[in-house]
Amino acid sequence: MEMTATGGNATAEAPVFCLAEEQSHAAGSTLLGFWIYVMSDCLLFAALFATYGVLGGSYAGGPTPKDLFELPLVAVNTSMLLLSSITYGFAMLTTHQGRVGATQGWLIVTALFGMAFVGIELHEFAQMFHDGATPQRSAFLSAFFTLVGTHGLHVTVGLIWMVTLMLQVGQRGLIADNVRRLACLSMFWHFLDVIWIGVFTFVYLGGMLR
Amino acid sequence: MSDAVHGDHGAGEPAHSDSHGSLRGYLIGFILSVILTAIPFWLVMSGVLNSKIATQLAITTLAVVQIGVHMVYFLHMNTRSEGGWSILALAFTLILVVIALIGSLWIIYHLNANMMPDMGQMP
Repeated sequence: MEMTATGGNATAEAPVFCLAEEQSHAAGSTLLGFWIYVMSDCLLFAALFATYGVLGGSYAGGPTPKDLFELPLVAVNTSMLLLSSITYGFAMLTTHQGRVGATQGWLIVTALFGMAFVGIELHEFAQMFHDGATPQRSAFLSAFFTLVGTHGLHVTVGLIWMVTLMLQVGQRGLIADNVRRLACLSMFWHFLDVIWIGVFTFVYLGGMLR
Repeated sequence: MSDAVHGDHGAGEPAHSDSHGSLRGYLIGFILSVILTAIPFWLVMSGVLNSKIATQLAITTLAVVQIGVHMVYFLHMNTRSEGGWSILALAFTLILVVIALIGSLWIIYHLNANMMPDMGQMP
């Protein structure tokens, strides 16, 4: 019965310009296709982690992780990203219940946590630049900024995507297309949290143990 | 037209419903993640293990466990999703990640050792 209602809404709100049969196929394969994209992104990060693993001890007489990293700040940053993961989970739960307002509310909370994460990271980078720890200083710092910066860039893109989806959900509600887009962003967002586990463990905590 | 689209939703829905989690699942994942994040920070910040290698091993193990928790509770990874193709793609990716990481570290550390300054003075 509920399915009848959602199906009816989708056609009432949006004209469908493609074959229904094809649309069904596309919705199913988009999630798998996006998962395969996420896996390829994982390989990109594997290459950056390998680079950091090789170059992470080459300080060229410059600052070492112990001089630069502030673990309490990293812990705060980690909790921001973890909180944004759970709130995105809540957004997906309300999405599947068809609650537009609640979904947008959780997306806003998620985006705020994400922005806090990027803000804290930029603050950390600015502090390091101020202390002369720029990517040009040593191989360790080049590898550090490439790895952590690429992750931060992914989070930033995820935030832009999230704001776009908030607008789309606001305009057209939780139609099948928007639910599919939210599910893709869910994968992307949780994946970024998985990568961050590697970053805080091997870069920050591991750096303190070198 | 309307009927066709509507029928298509009906068909798509059951496959969809097992790919998203429950409130309980998300909360379990979150609590486990908090614990698995707090322990490594505590180990490194307090230095209770007194051994760098032991600490490194402990935080690596905890990270691997936490990645597993995220995969199961947040990314809803299981052998059934997408007819098994998701986990197949994941397994293939993990093999490549392990080759890239271990291979790079192994080979480049050897290269590095062979490029020590005194190597040039050898006959």
